[in-house]
Amino acid sequence: MGLLDKEFSESNIVIATAEDIFNWARLSSLWQLSFGLACCAIEMMATSASHYDFDRFGVIPRPSPRQADIIIISGTVTLKMATRIKRIYEQMPDPKYIISMGSCSNCGGPYWEHGYHVLKGIDRVIPVDVYVPGCPPRPEALLEGLLKLQDKIRNESLVKKTA
Amino acid sequence: MKNPEEIFELLKSKFAEDVLELKPAQPLDAMIVVNPLKIKEISNYLCSEESLSFDTLMCLSGVDDANGEKVKDGNGIETINGGTLSIYYHLDSIKLRHKITIKISVPRDNPETYSVESIWKCADWHEREAYDLFGIKFLDHPDLRRILLPDDWDGFPLRKDYQVPEFYLGMKVPY
Ligand code: SF4
Repeated sequence: MGLLDKEFSESNIVIATAEDIFNWARLSSLWQLSFGLACCAIEMMATSASHYDFDRFGVIPRPSPRQADIIIISGTVTLKMATRIKRIYEQMPDPKYIISMGSCSNCGGPYWEHGYHVLKGIDRVIPVDVYVPGCPPRPEALLEGLLKLQDKIRNESLVKKTA
Repeated sequence: MKNPEEIFELLKSKFAEDVLELKPAQPLDAMIVVNPLKIKEISNYLCSEESLSFDTLMCLSGVDDANGEKVKDGNGIETINGGTLSIYYHLDSIKLRHKITIKISVPRDNPETYSVESIWKCADWHEREAYDLFGIKFLDHPDLRRILLPDDWDGFPLRKDYQVPEFYLGMKVPY
C-alpha cells in the first residue's frame, strides 16, 4: 500500500499521500449493492458465501444504493430492468464502480440474436469499469474482476482524470 | 377416472356442435377442440360436473399457428395475414385423477375469446401472459394488462411475424 514502508520506527505516525490513503480506503471496503438479476446472481451469491468469502476483500452487501460503492450487474438485463438499473445507478453516491458480470450483461449473451427483450450490454446504459466474461463466470473469475477493479482504484488520482 | 373418449362423449352430448373434434392421444396428449366463443360454458361444465370435476387448470398457453398467408414486403419483412392463434388449456382433476387438453383457435385478425378466470382463478395471470405475448383478448377478464413486458411496449413478441423494434426508450435493441 505504500503505507507501512514509510512508517517511523518508534511512533504511531504513518506518512502517506492523501491520494494513497483515499484510494486504499476506497478499494479496501467496496460495499456492494445487494442486487442480482439471473443465473449469474447465484454465482455471485456463492462468491459472497463462506467458501469464496467476498468479505475478506471488504465487499459486504448493502441493501440501499445510497450506501453502496459498487454494483455488480450479475445477469440478464431486460429492457424493463435497464430503466430501473439506470435509476439505481443514479441513486448511488460518487465514487461508484460497476462490474459487469457474465456474457448477458457484457453483450446480451445467449439472447444476443433473438432476445427482443434483452439489453445487449449494460454499457449501453451505464459506464462499466470491469467486464467479467463467462456464462456464468466462476466465483474465481468474479474475484479476479474485483482485484482488477481494486488495481484500477489504486491508481486513481484526485487531480488527474482517470478513465 | 375417465378416458378422453368418455370425456369427449360427455361434452358432445351436452354441447353438440360446439365441441368440434377429438384428437387422439398419439403423439401428443388427447385433445378436444371446441368453439372459442363457448369456452366459458364448456369450462364451467368441466369444472362443476360431478363426473368430470376438473378442479385444476394446470396451464394455459397461447400458440401462433402461423397458418395464414405469408406476405413479404419490399424490405424482406414477412407478415402473416389470416390464419389462427390457438389457446391450449391443460386441465387436471385432482379428485378423479384424470386429465385432458382443450384447444380453441381464434382468428388472427380478431383474436377474441372469453376469460375462464371466474372458473379457475389461476387463469388470471395466464391469460394476461397470453395477451401480453400474443395479443389474444380475453373478454370479461377483470384486469387485462400486460404482465411481463412494460406497459408501453408495442406489439406482441411471440407472434411469428413480430419485428424487433430498433429502439426502446432510447436504448438500442438489436445486437
Ligand atoms: S451470462 Fe449466462 S449464467 Fe449469466 S445470466 Fe446470462 S445466461 Fe445466466
